[in-house]
Amino acid sequence: MAMRRSAGGASQSRSARHKQLSKCPTGIHGLDEVTQGGLPRGRPTLVAGMAGSGKTLMATEFLVNGATDYNEPGVFMAFEESAEELAANVQSLGWDLKSLIRQRKLIIDQVRINPSEIEETGEYDLEGLFVRLGHHIDKIKAKRVVLDTIEVLFAGFESQSVIRSELQRLFRWLKERGVTAIITGEHGESNLTRHGLEEYVSDCVLALDHRVNAELSTRRLRIVKYRGSAHGTNEYPFMIDQDGFSVLPVTSMGLNHPANTGRISSGIKCLDEMLGGKGYIRGSTVLVSGMAGTGKTSLASAFAAAACKRGEKTLCFTFEESPQQVMHHMKSIGMNLMPMVKKGLLHYHAARPARQGFEQHLVTMHRIIEKVQPKVVIVDPMSSFTGPDSRLDATSFMTRLIDYLKTKGITGLFTSLSYDGEPLESTHAKVSSLMDAWLLLRDVELDGERNRLITIIKARGIGHSKQCREFVLSDKGIDLVDVYLGEGQVLVGTARATAEARSEADRAADMAQVKKAHRTLEVKRQALEAQIASLRAEHELNELHYVNLSDKRKRQLNASRTAQDNRSRLRGGTKKNATRK
Amino acid sequence: MSKYTLKLYVTGLTRRSSTAISNLRSICKNDLNDEVELDIIDVLERPQLAEDEKILATPTLIKVLPAPVRRILGDLSDRDRVLIGLDIRGDINGQESLNQ
Repeated sequence: MAMRRSAGGASQSRSARHKQLSKCPTGIHGLDEVTQGGLPRGRPTLVAGMAGSGKTLMATEFLVNGATDYNEPGVFMAFEESAEELAANVQSLGWDLKSLIRQRKLIIDQVRINPSEIEETGEYDLEGLFVRLGHHIDKIKAKRVVLDTIEVLFAGFESQSVIRSELQRLFRWLKERGVTAIITGEHGESNLTRHGLEEYVSDCVLALDHRVNAELSTRRLRIVKYRGSAHGTNEYPFMIDQDGFSVLPVTSMGLNHPANTGRISSGIKCLDEMLGGKGYIRGSTVLVSGMAGTGKTSLASAFAAAACKRGEKTLCFTFEESPQQVMHHMKSIGMNLMPMVKKGLLHYHAARPARQGFEQHLVTMHRIIEKVQPKVVIVDPMSSFTGPDSRLDATSFMTRLIDYLKTKGITGLFTSLSYDGEPLESTHAKVSSLMDAWLLLRDVELDGERNRLITIIKARGIGHSKQCREFVLSDKGIDLVDVYLGEGQVLVGTARATAEARSEADRAADMAQVKKAHRTLEVKRQALEAQIASLRAEHELNELHYVNLSDKRKRQLNASRTAQDNRSRLRGGTKKNATRK
Repeated sequence: MSKYTLKLYVTGLTRRSSTAISNLRSICKNDLNDEVELDIIDVLERPQLAEDEKILATPTLIKVLPAPVRRILGDLSDRDRVLIGLDIRGDINGQESLNQ
């Protein structure tokens, strides 16, 4: 109840800001968001729908919430059921109509029409109804009125024209009284209501629908018109459960989620390292896709366990395994989730996808999320909804859920089963665009064994590793191992180990060879140097020899010249001496 | 002891109310030999009675006695139908057909 009140309060302030017409909060979960504040205050609203579409319940909740949360007493004019029947019907929802009646916050007046005991003998009008209604309103100062289902009048009286003019007068009168009214009408063949009530109620018309698609029923609400107010025009799924009526506003939110900067561990150290060393971005949405048995649930559980260890509430929706199964299986890889469940940190909600339509699932999930207020939500697997036939619907379903998580700042992790024969990357192309991060788990079969590979296909806002890692599940937990990237292929498992050993041996051999070559070269160099030294020595010897030789020759020359000079001096001639020079 | 107990519910002193009242008085006199205990109730003055008797349309004439309870709607200007509603006309019709 407190939740509802705050929701209504928020939308009230919103409408006040925009100076829209005054609205009367219904207090019905989601309806006030869709109508941006509630029903038009002081005016009648028509709620049309098939039998069993929830008209009466919606109208009742409108009155009950008015009486309990908004201090607006209400009058219920029941044309179909008695006060006792009404009270009994809603008792299971925890609404005590009888106590509200005792507190003078509610009046239920049954308008019983039995055509067989009525004889029409001339002109008449429905003033009696007006008087009764007016009397009730005065008695408890009612602000809200429900007429359910007023169309019964058409069956009870012969003169249809009288009923029409009287209804017109009634709606005018309700407006004059300034009460906010809900008038319910049965869905008609060609018109919105069987007797065209929508012609008289011009302010606000809601249509409730109850469809069965693929053997699953879905309830939807649509605002057909809302004069003087902006409103969503989509069909909104709604559901009726033990808490009453709730509408899912979803896509009306727009894209204004706050950008988150905080980081949150994935629960696996090596994966955190792959994700820029810090893990996922808080408040983002992560998709983990992969074939059967690739470890999606384990990855999700590791994330859940990490969140619980930080003391953050985590909510797991499982659609294929029971919580007990999941916990049992996780124990086999060294993850004990039971204490976290006992501490109230880890919440499981298991449901069969086929139990209800996914709109109903969505509403249920909203409900539970609001109840638990988790920081982390895990959906395992979301592909339960994305059967090959109904991809489109599931996409809108996912969009709505992701939208909702993002506005709440909840980190979401969705696992998705890839089907055989589908190209891996395109399997969830539609949904993946909504996701901030996408981890792909793959099975690689090589040399007679299967191994798991993990790749980060994308991670918005994270400088992430582009490498494949081997995803190893053992009784010690989850580990990621670098794969063997060499010789133009990626190897994992035993093949990786073998290849690694082989390449290690190769490397050692290579090293030995290099060393040997190095040594040879060294020896050669030394030989070369020795050769050079000997050559140089020889050369030096030659040089020495030459010097000696030239010295000797000089000396001989000098000696012969001196001897000649001496000879010419002895002979006394100088001319010969000059030419010889 | 009166044979008939009738209650006429009207809303205010409108033309329709007075037409109904005068029509009823005439029927009481001419067709019911004045063996009638008649109550005329203005529901504007006593709305609680309207609620108790589940009055929807006005004017409404309720035949409380003799059983069964019947409701006769309108200003009672269609005398034949009023008499059918009071379970009188049916008998007359039956006698007439016997006579013929």
